[in-house]
This record gives sequence, structure tokens and C-alpha cells, in this order.
Amino acid sequence: MKIIAAMSGGVDSAVAAARAVEAGHEVIGVHLALASNPQKYRSGARGCCTIEDSHDARRAADKIGIPFYIWDMAEEFHDGVVENFLAEYAAGRTPNPCLRCNEKIKFAAVLDRAKAMGFDGVVTGHYARTEIGPMGKTLHRAVDPLKDQSYVLAVLTTEQINGAIFPLGDTEKVDIRIEAEARGLAVAQKPDSHDICFVPSGDNAGWLRDRLGSEVGPIVDQAGTKIGEHKGAYTYTIGQRKGLGLSVAAPDGSPRFVLKIEPVTNTVVVGAREELAVSKLFGEKTIWCGPSIGADPLRGYVQVRAHGTPLDCTYLFDGRRLIAELDEPLLGIANGQAMVIYDGDRVVGSATICESA
Amino acid sequence: MSVYLDHAATTPIFDVALDAMQVALRKVGNPSSLHTEGRSTRKDVEDAREAVAKAIGCLPSEVIFTGSGTEADNAAVKGLFWKSGKKVIVISAIEHHAVLDPARWLVEHEGAELIEIPVNKSGVIDLDFLTELIKKRGSEIALIAVMHSNNETGVIQPVADVVKLAGEIPVHTDAVQSFTKSPLSYRDLGVTSMAISGHKVGGPHGIGALILRRAYEIPALLHGGGQEREIRSGTLNAPSIVAFAAAVTSNQYHADQVTKLRDRFEAGLKASVPDAYINGVSADRLPGIVNVTFPGTQSDSLLLLMDSESVSCSTGAACSAGVHRPSHVLLAMGHNEVTAQSSLRFSLGADSTPADVDFALSVLPTVIARGRAANQK
Repeated sequence: MKIIAAMSGGVDSAVAAARAVEAGHEVIGVHLALASNPQKYRSGARGCCTIEDSHDARRAADKIGIPFYIWDMAEEFHDGVVENFLAEYAAGRTPNPCLRCNEKIKFAAVLDRAKAMGFDGVVTGHYARTEIGPMGKTLHRAVDPLKDQSYVLAVLTTEQINGAIFPLGDTEKVDIRIEAEARGLAVAQKPDSHDICFVPSGDNAGWLRDRLGSEVGPIVDQAGTKIGEHKGAYTYTIGQRKGLGLSVAAPDGSPRFVLKIEPVTNTVVVGAREELAVSKLFGEKTIWCGPSIGADPLRGYVQVRAHGTPLDCTYLFDGRRLIAELDEPLLGIANGQAMVIYDGDRVVGSATICESA
Repeated sequence: MSVYLDHAATTPIFDVALDAMQVALRKVGNPSSLHTEGRSTRKDVEDAREAVAKAIGCLPSEVIFTGSGTEADNAAVKGLFWKSGKKVIVISAIEHHAVLDPARWLVEHEGAELIEIPVNKSGVIDLDFLTELIKKRGSEIALIAVMHSNNETGVIQPVADVVKLAGEIPVHTDAVQSFTKSPLSYRDLGVTSMAISGHKVGGPHGIGALILRRAYEIPALLHGGGQEREIRSGTLNAPSIVAFAAAVTSNQYHADQVTKLRDRFEAGLKASVPDAYINGVSADRLPGIVNVTFPGTQSDSLLLLMDSESVSCSTGAACSAGVHRPSHVLLAMGHNEVTAQSSLRFSLGADSTPADVDFALSVLPTVIARGRAANQK
């Protein structure tokens, strides 16, 4: 096949591209420029599209022996990912921008462009596997549970999965580094990326405050009594305990947690830990990564964070919302988080949490 | 078959230049040394200087060898600015970054004021604007820089007219693209300074020259051994200088032949992509540059697709970390950001053939179709 290798300048995508070449594909390396004013240098594990990263990607392509180009996707990234991230926080939800990036950029804008240009698909360094079986090509967890990225890929439709190649899903990260070293790729020991790439400082709350303002608002208990003040409701996370700065203790002296963020009234509601527990999740904007399901309850797992634990649940789709009933209650769920349903290690689909009970 | 149509970026070194360079590389002797070897290398350099001077129509003492065309532009813009003691820098809106960026640097760091001369739709500077400007603020102007021909479109600028209007104001011209390709005489043009480059004319990389009026001294960028009228210190790059001279005296660039090839390419282009249009088509242009807008495409996609078909061309614009940005030249000519990023530059060289042109034309329809499809996504 003729494929585009999305090369970030990191070790994973470099090895993925090399493996695709070895598998006999005709591969062209592409670095996505996602920031309109890229920084010159990478600072630690943050950021992913500095000029230094694009240089690293180019050198990896040279080593592998494939052509290399840079595609400017800064505008698409800003509109589809950064703006969405801000809008979600402004609405009191907790988004995951990596999912949006996979949904809107890597396997949409890039894959569509690649196909129109006569390519068959896109290869990336994500840790996930695909299998071809009676259900067609399906998405599965990687063998390395610590690196598994199937959660952030659970926004891919069957068609997008058909155009995606994930050569790293069968290998543990430590072995990818060894392989990169053996292949002579200079990025073999480059640190992993963490955090949000477009918040290079790593200070998510500060970044949000700069863009959404820091309007002071009340922190109230469940009875609605004001017990403190905050500087921007969206900088809090559901389940957060530290940094609330409350001077009044709870009547029973127990610690208090953020239960709810109300953007319209700019209010943060706090309460006891038990109040955070939910056992039912409702999700909207459902995406199926394989065959869709119906209203008959099925047994499986739901995962609500990128590296969270898979939780036993019964799930169904009521025609409008994806619903998961948990066997054990879960603490600290925020609207806007993605709920991803697994059948064993296969990704069934995902939805954006809009309600929990 | 692979076809190279990016000669305006760099063009293959001529055999005569390569041969001359190899001989020179094997010689020992710093041209500034006083012994036999030094004098011998010095003779080579001075012979080369005279040859380059003859080719460009200046005195040998007016040739200051530099490390690149960019260095020559920087030396001129900064040097003329500092020499004048005045604050206003006037440049055309379509200057190469080698002129534009030092001018902007002087604004940021030395309190200069930058005024750009607009261009018309064909990419030719507005002389009326310049006339008015000189009338109003002539006494404040440190220098005027107008390139001899534009590197993206090949459009030739009325530099002789600029010199007439300028009067006593120094005029610099970047002639990197024009040198050896269109009639060019430093003396006839009457400019104060001019920049040329080796690797654009069949010479090696890493050599250029600033042509600067005799006895007209400017502050140096590089200080050291005092070479090149103390304007450009540094051991003379004898092998590259010798090769540069060999290239420019070999007369291997035949403008009439390149023009014919260009016309063949442009005719084929119109036939295969009817809505494509050539930028600067109605202006006086260099023989070898064709800048085309393909509506409904993105030039970085087109470049990748052309490259996959073994045709090398250029998006013509400046790159920032390899990211294609809309060309300031096309924007100045009235393009919007979208059409400016739908353009490719094809540039022919001394060794281009009809087969090259025909091959490029043969892959174009598929490339444009795919590029359009990709752009709709």
C-alpha cells in the first residue's frame, strides 16, 4: 500500500514508519505542524510541534530512507482542537484534546487529504492494535497496558480504522526504544510526551485563566451556602480536594471535594466524598469503532480516563445515549470526559459523558 | 525519468567550474601570504575578480567577494544605512528575505523606519509612489533597495528608473536571479551596490559578491584581516572564487533557448489546466521562471505529488520550519492568502530540455486533479 506516516519527531512514530517500510508499504513521512508560531526548542516532555521536533522527524525519515514533508495543519488544529478545548471548559466540562485531535486531525483531515492524493492510509505510532475478523477491521488494546492508547483512538469510525495502521500495538514501549536504538534512530531516548501539547508550560489552569479570564465566584456547599471564593470555576476538576482554600470546616470535620462546576453562575459546589460516587454514566455523541449495538444490555468494561482502570459494567445504547451501569460505584466523574466501552480488549465505541447518577 | 525544475533555488555546477575548483582546492597558499604559493593563489583570485567584473560591468576593485548573496545583501542594507546616518529605508514590497529581514532588523534594533514600494498586479513596482515619496521625504532616506528581478515570479524591475529618481540617495539591487540570465550592467544601471551569487549561475555554493562603487566605503559586518577593502574580512575562498569566475565566463546559459522552453511549458500548461494562470505574465520577465496559480489547490500538496512523480519544483515562498506560508510577493501582487498558497514556481536552467518540460506537463493533469480533491477535504 501507499501510505502516509505521521511523524511527530518522537521515537514511537519513527519506529512505526520504519516498520511500515519493512512491511513492504510505500511510505511517505509527514510532520504535522500544529502550532502557527512553533517554539524553537522542546522543553522536557511538553509540546510536540517545535521546530526541533520537526527536525527530529526529518532526520528519522532520512534514516529510514523515505521522503519527508511538513503539512501545515495549524488552522485545523486550532479550530478543531484548541477552540473545542476552551469551549468545553467554558461550559463547565472536562474535555480530552487528544481524542479530538485523533478525531478531527490525524484520522480525518490527514487521512482524507492522503486518500484524495492517492494514498491508501495513515500509519501512526499509537499503541493500539487492529484485527481483521468477522466484524471487519476492529480496534483493540495494545499489549503494553501502561502505554495502551486505544482510549484516545476510540473516536475513530470503522472507515477511519480501515485507513489506519498501528504497527506498535504488539510491542512494549521498552522494546520500541531498544528497536529504535538498533535502527540507529537518534530519537531512541527522547522523552515521552505528556500533558497537553498546546500548553507548553504544563500549567493548564493558568493557560485557561489567560484565555477565559479569572472571574471570582463563590464556592458553595450543597445547601448553597457560600463558604469560599475561587478565581475561575473552570480551573477546578470534579473530585478535586486540594487548593480549595476553604476557611470554614465541614460540620463533621471531613474533607470536602469539588462536586460540580456551574459555568453560568460561575459557582463551584463542594461536598463530602460519598457525594462524588456515581454508578451510572450517560454519554452523547456516540461513535462506534465497529458494529453498533442496541438496547439489549451487554456485559463489558467502561474506561473514563486515558490510563484509567477498565471497570466492569453493563452497557446499552437507548437509541440516543450510550449508557453504562457500573458494578462498583466510581468517584469524580466530570461531564465532557469520554466513556469508552470495551468488549474484552476490543473497543466497542465511545461517547462524551453528559450525565452521571 | 526525473526532472529538475527548481533552478532558481540552485542550479547544477558547470563542469568548467567544477574542474577549476578541483584544481584550486589542491593548491596551497593563502592569497594574503607574501610567498610564492600565496602570490600564485592571489593571482588566481585577482584573475577571477577581473573576470567577474567584466561579466557584471564593473571595475575589479568594485567586486567584494562574500560567502553568499544573502551576505552581500546584508552588507549593503546595513552598511548603507549606517553610513548615511538617516533613518528611512525604502524597499520594494517583493524583496527577497535577504533584504527584507535586515531592513526589519534595523527597524527593531536601530530605530529605522521601513517604507515599502507597492507593486501592481503584474508584480512591477509603482514608480509614481516612489516619485512622491522622494519628493516628500527624500532628505530622510538612507537607502532604496529594489531587486533587479524577483526570485518567485521572475518579473524584472525598472531599477534604472529608480536610480534616476533617487538622485543622491544610494540604491542597492539584488541581482542574484538576473545575473547571467538577462542583460545586466552595473555601470549602466548606475546603482550604488549590487548582490550576486555563485550557485545560481553554475558556480559553487558558499560564494557571492557585493558590487560596491569604488572608493565608496561602508561599515563592515565582518572584521578581521582586512581583506576585500576591509569590508569583508576572512581568508579569501580562492577555490570558490575561481570556480565562480569560470562559471560566469563560460557563457553556457542561452537565454533565447530557455525562453523558448518556457514558452513551450506555458503553452502546454494552458492547454492541460485551462484555469491556471501565470503570475506576472504581462510583465518583462526572466527567461527561466514560471510562477503559476492553480485555483482550488494547496501548493504543499502539489509539491508532494509532483515530487512523487519525480518532478522537482518549488512553492516559491519562504519556509518557516518547512511550513508553507503565503508568499509576501504574491500577496503584494493582489493575491489573497488562499490563492497565494495555490501557486507553484517552476524554474528552468541552462541544461533544461524540451523532454523535461514535456515530462512535467505529462504528469500535471493527474497531480492537479488529486491536489484539487485533497483541497476539498
